[in-house]
Amino acid sequence: MSTLRARELIINIPGRADGFALNINVEPGQIWGVLGPNGAGKTTLLHTLAGLHPARSGQVVLNDSPLKELKRRDIARHLGLVFQERQDTFPATVMETALIGRHPWLSPWESEQGEDQALAEQALTALDVDGLSERLLNTLSGGERQRVAIATLMTQNPDIWLLDEPTNHLDLHHQVKVMNLLRNQAESGKAVFMCLHDLNMAARWCSHVLLLYTNGDACWGATGSMLVPEALERLYNQRLIALEKDGLSVFVPAQ
Amino acid sequence: MTRSLLGLGVMALAAMMLALAMGSVTVPLPDLWQVIQGDGSALHRTLVWELRLPRAIAAFATGGLLAVAGALMQVLLRNPLADPYILGLSGGAAVGALLAMLAGMGTLLISGSAFAGAMLATMLVFGLAHGTGSWTPSRLLLTGVVVASGWGAVITLMLAITPSHKLPGMLYWLMGDVSYARTPWPAFVVLVVSIGLIMPLARNLNVLARGPMQAAALGVSVRPLEWAVYLLASLLTATAVTTAGSIGFVGLIVPHMLRLVLGNDQRTILPASALAGGTLLVLADTLARTVIAPEQLPVGVITALLGVPMFLYLLHRSR
Repeated sequence: MSTLRARELIINIPGRADGFALNINVEPGQIWGVLGPNGAGKTTLLHTLAGLHPARSGQVVLNDSPLKELKRRDIARHLGLVFQERQDTFPATVMETALIGRHPWLSPWESEQGEDQALAEQALTALDVDGLSERLLNTLSGGERQRVAIATLMTQNPDIWLLDEPTNHLDLHHQVKVMNLLRNQAESGKAVFMCLHDLNMAARWCSHVLLLYTNGDACWGATGSMLVPEALERLYNQRLIALEKDGLSVFVPAQ
Repeated sequence: MTRSLLGLGVMALAAMMLALAMGSVTVPLPDLWQVIQGDGSALHRTLVWELRLPRAIAAFATGGLLAVAGALMQVLLRNPLADPYILGLSGGAAVGALLAMLAGMGTLLISGSAFAGAMLATMLVFGLAHGTGSWTPSRLLLTGVVVASGWGAVITLMLAITPSHKLPGMLYWLMGDVSYARTPWPAFVVLVVSIGLIMPLARNLNVLARGPMQAAALGVSVRPLEWAVYLLASLLTATAVTTAGSIGFVGLIVPHMLRLVLGNDQRTILPASALAGGTLLVLADTLARTVIAPEQLPVGVITALLGVPMFLYLLHRSR
């Protein structure tokens, strides 16, 4: 189990004032949702937390070691990321794609063994793409590719899961399936941190929410205390209607 | 994987046999077998051991080097059209070599100068094409083509001012002809050693093919790896050009064909490229020696005749 901490972190978005420094602890068992309008820096924040994008100031700490002092390989054993956009210049099958998740765990001379294969198969099954394992990635639909990307992260099996809009391109059933999968992972001791666009998903599945404003302001806390209509209306610059049904909050945009 | 490599190995041996048997004087297979066992007529022994074998090994090593260099560059740039010849590296190497020859330097310095030229060309193309953004396919190819024509102009200039007695020695750099290879062994050793060096990195390259961010997220130290691949690809190109001049398109055709058949696992593609690239150039060189015998064609002509349609087809299909 691992913890990811942001200390006085200011992400580097060119031309934007520093805004509010982030001090967050992403602990095992937690599911964090980052909400914010387009261009607020959600993806940049995710990349900064993964050490793929330099911060303007402050630092990211993985289990008491600053990310900067760790080797990429050691980071990759604890922390994994599903990107919003993926490159597939060269043809690759679904199984090959899932198996690259084992990369940080194998030494240069090792090749994937039966247990790596088993982990990949398990992940593909969990995301309902096991029937596609010999298909080429570029022949799949957007939603299927998204599920393969999540299966790759599951095969990597890090303690900390960062996901950039994991429900992108997914149909309703698979959106729910993915969110339930993330909840199961959190219950088994993983920490999940993801960007989302769907308030209702955040309300239902996230334990913590971070609101990221376009001007760099931010606030965070337990989901119940953060998802109040006034804050969300200011966040999106959009009037909302909040409904209650069986104890669940549902947000609908007003016209 | 092992089976496809074995198959390619058998094909390489068969191509070698063909190269040893064919030529102005045909050595029939039973006679060739006797020569290999140490018997046979004196004429056949000289033909096989002293003329054809060194040349076949030189062709094999050059083809292997170019194909592996192409495969590496394609992964590095995530662009299936990358090739040492198209990106102007061969031109840079040729300019380096010609400069050293103009100055009357020895073989070793010519090789060093060709290497420096290849490195300079790589840096120029990659640096200019990178700019502030990423290596986009169109920008990279365009930069490579423009820089290559720049090298072409420099080469023409140097040929124009070179005293005529030095010209024949220089022309081979430009034509790509295995018959000028003095000794095949340096190229062969570089090929074998670099395959040995790159194999532990092959899985890293598979991850790098998914893009630098994804690779970093999966634990690859992207910058050092990119530099290592870049240096190695330049070294391979420079060695190939030093052995047999600038031979085009092997680095483009071979990895592409192999990917269609074997998929894109670099652990297979890299050694397979060495074997298939070597086989292709041995066959092309045998063809170049025999098609209008006793006259010989530069092997670069054959590979260009194969490569140009292939490249245009790929470009047409890419979008």
